Amino acid sequence: MIWNETKECMSRDELAELQSKRLVKVVNRVYHNVEFYRRRMQEAGIEPGDIRGIEDLSKLPYTTKNDLRDTYPFGLFAAPQSEIVRVHASSGTTGKATVVGYTRKDIDIWAECVARALTQAGITRGDTIQVAYGYGLFTGGLGAHYGAEHLGATVVPMSTGNTKKLTTMMKDFGVTAIACTPSYLLHIAETLEANGDIPNIKLKAAICGAEPWTEQMRLQIEEKLHIHAHDIYGLSEVMGPGVACDCEYHKGLHIYEDHFLPEIIDPKTLQPVGEGETGELVFTTLTKEGLPLIRYRTKDLTSIDYSKCECGRTLARISRFKGRSDDMLIIRGVNVFPSQVEAALLEMSGTTPHYLMIVDRVNNLDTLEVQVEVEERFFSDEIRELENLTKKIAHAIQVAIGLNARVKLVEPKTIERSMGKAVHVIDKRKLV
Amino acid sequence: MAIRQLSVFLENRAGRLEDVLALLKEKNINIISLSLADTSDYGMLRLLVNEPEKGKEVLKEGGFSATLNPVVAVTLPHKVGALQEVLHGLYQAGINVEYMYALCTRTDEAAIAIKPSDPDKAQEVLKKMGAHFFEEKDAF
Repeated sequence: MIWNETKECMSRDELAELQSKRLVKVVNRVYHNVEFYRRRMQEAGIEPGDIRGIEDLSKLPYTTKNDLRDTYPFGLFAAPQSEIVRVHASSGTTGKATVVGYTRKDIDIWAECVARALTQAGITRGDTIQVAYGYGLFTGGLGAHYGAEHLGATVVPMSTGNTKKLTTMMKDFGVTAIACTPSYLLHIAETLEANGDIPNIKLKAAICGAEPWTEQMRLQIEEKLHIHAHDIYGLSEVMGPGVACDCEYHKGLHIYEDHFLPEIIDPKTLQPVGEGETGELVFTTLTKEGLPLIRYRTKDLTSIDYSKCECGRTLARISRFKGRSDDMLIIRGVNVFPSQVEAALLEMSGTTPHYLMIVDRVNNLDTLEVQVEVEERFFSDEIRELENLTKKIAHAIQVAIGLNARVKLVEPKTIERSMGKAVHVIDKRKLV
Repeated sequence: MAIRQLSVFLENRAGRLEDVLALLKEKNINIISLSLADTSDYGMLRLLVNEPEKGKEVLKEGGFSATLNPVVAVTLPHKVGALQEVLHGLYQAGINVEYMYALCTRTDEAAIAIKPSDPDKAQEVLKKMGAHFFEEKDAF
């Protein structure tokens, strides 16, 4: 099923024309409304008139997460406060959040994109969908919610955290679709399985995102629950969930290119790479008003395929993500940089002790253990003092990244140093 | 009057305690007494050795977190209620015992090492009670 055939199946030539028109418009908008972009373009020696279509895209400078942070909170907004109807925010590495803003039209387009994704998963207005992403500053909950309402489905806004209530309602309400992180869905599947409830549910489709997962995991979910599982991608800076999603052929995620113009670049040389080659995904938003982004570097590594899909869509497809060009981790759907943990330890103790983050997936839920070497200045011969230290560290980490970590004190010099440089993360999840 | 205790942080995994003992043996350091407190992740080894400073250096060189901490040690006559009397005195003075363990002596007497919440006050109280302090020279 296709939600918006006119846009999703238009010829590549028509699409290029539409993108060019929209690019010119957005470049004018940011040049005139956002001092940051005006200055950047002036520094690069270009004016809005130099951008006549998508063929001129590479003349524009890149934008990064740091630029959002440096202009915290609203410096990159291209609409006045009176036009902004909602903000979302994600945690930042230095304690400052990354703030994103939406006009009413932005919210409508977001809902349209999510409705497309839900339709790709076979979900219609005849379905009842549980949205089990977190609601709040995180874009997952409200993003999926508005999209499902736009589609006309019946929305059950579960949010996260109460699996028992979720599975009970899934049975009692005859829920047919769910939107949540893939690891949470596996956890739900196992809960249902343990209670012998799989035959008692009517679930038929899921759209999962907000964290990296493997094709094996997707198949495992489909098999356990007898459903179709789809991979939805998005990032709050660009919009939120619904930037891309895979169709029933599962041969990559279709990008809604009429709203988001993708490029794949080499993260070192910053030059575009060829079709099919792996590189960093870069987006230029074509229709956003609140926070348009020009050549925003996502740091996500993938490749792109422009060929027409068997499903009939002409929209380009990106492959499953192959990692990050920075050290960001996604743990239980939360973006975590090791530097955040480091900053928390530093703030707590004055200097940074040697530490190691071990990320794993146990019973389909991400776990984070932080090992900290017990140096002399931390040392106490009293267990009580050491336990207090553990609690203090766990609290500092919780405040910094919003996740509960298991803190383990270890002997000095036991955390491996390689080539003189400390290894700070071991990710055992094998997601790539 | 306090006695120097060698405290060592140990991860809770096979062979770590033996590694400590092997290091001390190699440098000819004699262990007089020990106690081991454990949690699920780590243990705290508390040792009285004949050469505390050297013991600490040896373990630090061996990569362990080791420090010297003062503990109060007193001898106890072999009679019913001797330990209770000592603790009662401390309790009445509002002193808490963080941890405590029995010591090996060279005589017929028993002895205990105490980590009190307030070491100075504890020593004062014990002195008034007429307790006999067990000192490093008695041990080694």
